[in-house]
Amino acid sequence: MEETLTCKNTKLLSEVERRSGTKVSRCFQCHKCSTGCPVAPDMDYMSSQVMRLIILGQEEELLKSKAIWLCASCEACTTRCPMDIDITGVMDVLRMMAIERKVAEPDARSKEFNKAFLTSVRWHGRVFEAGMMAIYKLRSKDFFTDMDKVPKMLSKRKLALWPHFSRVAGEIRKVFKRAEEEEKKR
Amino acid sequence: MKYAFFPGCSLESTAWDLDKSARAVCKALEIELIDIPGWSCCGSTPAHVSNASLATALPAMNLQKAADMGMPITTVCASCYGRLRVANQKINDSDEERERVGRIIGKPYDGKVEVHHLLDVIVNKLGSEAVADKVERKLSGMKVACYYGCLLSRPPEAVAFDNPEHPSVMEKLVAMTGAEAIEWPYKTECCGASLSISNSDVVGRLSHRLLSMVRRAGAECVVVACPLCQVNLDLRQADATAAHGKLPETPILYFTQLLGLALGLPEEELGLEALMVSAAPLLSMV
Ligand code: SF4
Ligand code: SF4
Repeated sequence: MEETLTCKNTKLLSEVERRSGTKVSRCFQCHKCSTGCPVAPDMDYMSSQVMRLIILGQEEELLKSKAIWLCASCEACTTRCPMDIDITGVMDVLRMMAIERKVAEPDARSKEFNKAFLTSVRWHGRVFEAGMMAIYKLRSKDFFTDMDKVPKMLSKRKLALWPHFSRVAGEIRKVFKRAEEEEKKR
Repeated sequence: MKYAFFPGCSLESTAWDLDKSARAVCKALEIELIDIPGWSCCGSTPAHVSNASLATALPAMNLQKAADMGMPITTVCASCYGRLRVANQKINDSDEERERVGRIIGKPYDGKVEVHHLLDVIVNKLGSEAVADKVERKLSGMKVACYYGCLLSRPPEAVAFDNPEHPSVMEKLVAMTGAEAIEWPYKTECCGASLSISNSDVVGRLSHRLLSMVRRAGAECVVVACPLCQVNLDLRQADATAAHGKLPETPILYFTQLLGLALGLPEEELGLEALMVSAAPLLSMV
């Protein structure tokens, strides 16, 4: 018999609600969030569908989706939801779960960008763009995009070649460590 | 007026012109900016999508330093502004979060330092009369689209100093300069923000949509208050029009650059040469 979607498996729903602090179960599928979402045309599941899949317990489908890596965190959905659901916060939690469970969509370039960005902050206390781009390019293997912009950016002094270290760079590394430990306790 | 200034990482590279023009404008308006000593990154979008504890702790490090200075913070980056405000809100709303942040940053912080975007400081705290006294060059005839993007007005409970769907603070600033702010429907639509590097195709589509509406509404340039909006509309403009259809070149100015011009500050002090799409043809007409 074909598998039918039921709400029997509420494990995913409770985990997402606990970690995001928002009530996904209140969603009544009005689609207002998806209507205003700038990246809805690029997503495999629009935000309202993501909410529905959480309620239906479709963990694998969601954590492997492209949608969670295309969300630009613009907060339009959260601002407009008539049921006061923090959809942007839910997207954050789904991304973290996908990484923790090592099932994230392999082609998620924004995931590599986030990693490169945070590595740069961890080392310097501030973002060092040229260094961050090098890490991003190595991780994503996306070597050519934007290389044509480099000469122009250099001539406009928009790409610093040397990092600016924050005076508290050492302290920042400890903060990263402690934040990672605290996060595991949640 | 005295503020602890949080520049943010972009101001040291892609947005050095925002840094320069913000400092020049504040000097002219007698707003004293004191850089937060040893400031560090706010974590921006990558932190809040990766680790909730880090996303609050990184801004809190800077907030705590401003608390030691005994001053409110001002910043010119919409993303830094949002992250600092959201961290304050989380710390204020929950004892658990406040204690966790204290453990991570190794110092107590009570969530009480005020954070204002410089737009808010100039328009609402200083006020139009104080600015009007200092305007030396009216930018009459210039038609401007004010673009807020996503993070300046959202999420509203944490950041909004204005109506989240229909803000008007930038229009008030444009009015001070003598230029005309046109009405247009996409002023709080997102440009793709932090997808800029990883998904530049998506950003190109969104930027083109915004720029074509700017032109249809009759504006000749855009004013922004966020380094990411500026990069996505300016640096990516040529790619966007090549991929999605030709449009007249549209200069993307920071609000501080526009105001600086009206205050009669020399162009070198405003970093106008950093714009990818030059504003020179536009400025020669006012
Ligand atoms: S706007 Fe809110 S209630 Fe409506 S579909 Fe989206 S999440 Fe559900
Ligand atoms: S926050 Fe993400 S899901 Fe919500 S509207 Fe913006 S891009 Fe779409």
